[in-house]
Amino acid sequence: MSILIDKDTKIIVQGFTGKIGSFHASEMIKYGTNVVGGVTPGKGGQTHLGLPVFNTVKEAVNQTEATTSILFVPPAFAADSAMEAADAGIKVCVAITDGIPSHDMIKVKRYMRRYSKKDKMTLIGPNCAGVISPGKSMLGIMPGHIYLEGGVGIVGRSGTLGYEAAQQLKNLGVGISTSVGIGGDPINGSSFKDILEKFESDNNTKVILMIGEIGGPQEVEAGKFAKENMTKPVIAYIAGLTAPKGRVMGHAGAIVSAYGESAVEKVELLKECGVKISKNPSVMGETVKEILEGSK
Amino acid sequence: MDIHEYQAKKILSDFGIRIPRGGIAYSPENAEFKAREIGGSKWFVKAQIHSGARGKAGGIILCKNELEVAQATDKLLGKKLVTNQTGPEGKIVNRVYIEEVTNIKKELYLGLVFDRASESIMVVASTAGGMSVEEISKEKPETIIRSKIEVAVGMQEFQAREIAYGLGIDFNLISRMAEVIVGCYRAFRELDATMVEINPLVVSKGDHIFALDCKMSFDNNALFRRSGVSELRDKSQENESELYAADRGLNYVGLQGNIGNIINGAGLAMASMDMIKLAGGEPANFLDVGGGATPEKIVKAFKLISSDKKVKVILVNIFAGINRCDWVAEGIVLALQKIKIDMPLVIRLAGTNVEEGNKILKESGINYIAATTLEDAANKAVEAIKKLEIN
Repeated sequence: MSILIDKDTKIIVQGFTGKIGSFHASEMIKYGTNVVGGVTPGKGGQTHLGLPVFNTVKEAVNQTEATTSILFVPPAFAADSAMEAADAGIKVCVAITDGIPSHDMIKVKRYMRRYSKKDKMTLIGPNCAGVISPGKSMLGIMPGHIYLEGGVGIVGRSGTLGYEAAQQLKNLGVGISTSVGIGGDPINGSSFKDILEKFESDNNTKVILMIGEIGGPQEVEAGKFAKENMTKPVIAYIAGLTAPKGRVMGHAGAIVSAYGESAVEKVELLKECGVKISKNPSVMGETVKEILEGSK
Repeated sequence: MDIHEYQAKKILSDFGIRIPRGGIAYSPENAEFKAREIGGSKWFVKAQIHSGARGKAGGIILCKNELEVAQATDKLLGKKLVTNQTGPEGKIVNRVYIEEVTNIKKELYLGLVFDRASESIMVVASTAGGMSVEEISKEKPETIIRSKIEVAVGMQEFQAREIAYGLGIDFNLISRMAEVIVGCYRAFRELDATMVEINPLVVSKGDHIFALDCKMSFDNNALFRRSGVSELRDKSQENESELYAADRGLNYVGLQGNIGNIINGAGLAMASMDMIKLAGGEPANFLDVGGGATPEKIVKAFKLISSDKKVKVILVNIFAGINRCDWVAEGIVLALQKIKIDMPLVIRLAGTNVEEGNKILKESGINYIAATTLEDAANKAVEAIKKLEIN
């Protein structure tokens, strides 16, 4: 088991024929991901990377029975594509695109409220590295080979810092059930809490590493959820100890604008929730390993 | 993106919000003429910089005749104004706004921002206008009115009315105030704003509602569809290094320390800065060259960091994924052939093909200190600083 994606998950690529979409689609296929086709409006009927191209997501879903999509559509059109996926019955959509306007993301979130919880698409991202269930399926832009298969669930905002954690774990011989990048934008599809909830009900995941950063309320919200609803240990690292207040640190969402949004405050609030803290980013792997071995 | 007060006023007046008569001036003569044109006997000369708290920094001057207007303008133009929001380097005044003085009966606060928790727009209002919103929430939290607006259906009249009643103004001004609040909401939504703030929003002795000072910020990601907004950008108000970086696709924030950073990815960059701090050092900057860390970006990053006089040691930390370490190493070697770095350089590579990458660095003959982990890199950078300080 893993969360969100598995060996058999049928995946389509939105923005399939573009340069970035093509490159990462090939990497995903090489990894063993079950990519069944793609969507590029106006290019329906063509074959790309040996797979069918469709004009609309609905058509792609009807023809391929895909349940999952990954989005490489340019920022101006990405929100529209995410809504198209939701409407076509896609269950999980990963939006890689960086630079989607916040007002557009709010629109997407409102659009998706029309679906019941059961029918609602899980949107991951935008501005993220994607999702990987090591040894099974890769739905993202990460280097697949740094992830060992195992029992640690990772959820984080940053791409490269997530890679850093995966590599540290690999060096210690510790594997990962699924790693999820929720992205660096202020308004995102799935929050830390949404992903923790999925890890809690996944049999393969034993402990969870949450890699947060300054800005926004999501890490603390996830901490409260863990305290009240979770049996599995959660370990967290919060980046941005040295970040000045009121400045955007690379990610559009990484800005301290209220109480509880700085790294120091988040760490304090998470500790109160019983979340274990990795004291620095260099020991994320060691901290997880200790707790994983203790929980056996 | 931030804009000037006078630009925000123009926008808000297009959305039905009343502003005092005023005009922009670029010279003392110009200012004197504007004052005459506006009429009356008292004016404010207001420095236009991208910062609040200008009054306390001497950026707003009350004048009682046209000559004083010219003198105040002369004093302000070309000056670097340092407020508690600009940082020690301050911001240059290239234009002033001449505005008639309003006789104030009541000062209020009105602000609109995104609320990340509810993913909606939050209106914040208070009867304690003239203070910053931080001061209000610390000193007079009981005066704060909050109203969450559901963006799918927009602001409803009753919501605007509720806020207006909460501000304790005369009953005959309620519907006018509600129009002001709705106007701000429309401006926020229709122009992809991330913040609209009127502070103070005043009721004049003549019972009119005026926006006396206001600020607007916009979503950079949406500027492609807001040409009217993006042309209001004033690069003279932006930090030179940050502007240089942004124009070259780098994400840079200048800080006060002396260890310069070149890192790929925002999260890893923040984490590396944290490690420097924990090792007892101070980062000179945040710099994300992008997940890919292409050789071109690395060259530009070295140029930027080495031009910062505060920087005494450079720390490069790249996690190479699909872009392999050997390729990144070649980029670093190439950069160091183009740019002479005469200070200690710590390099840590991690990820795909790390052995090949380190081999390329070692064999290139460049002068650097090799590091293995994040912690090792930070420790070595701090050690290098300490060595410099001893010598």
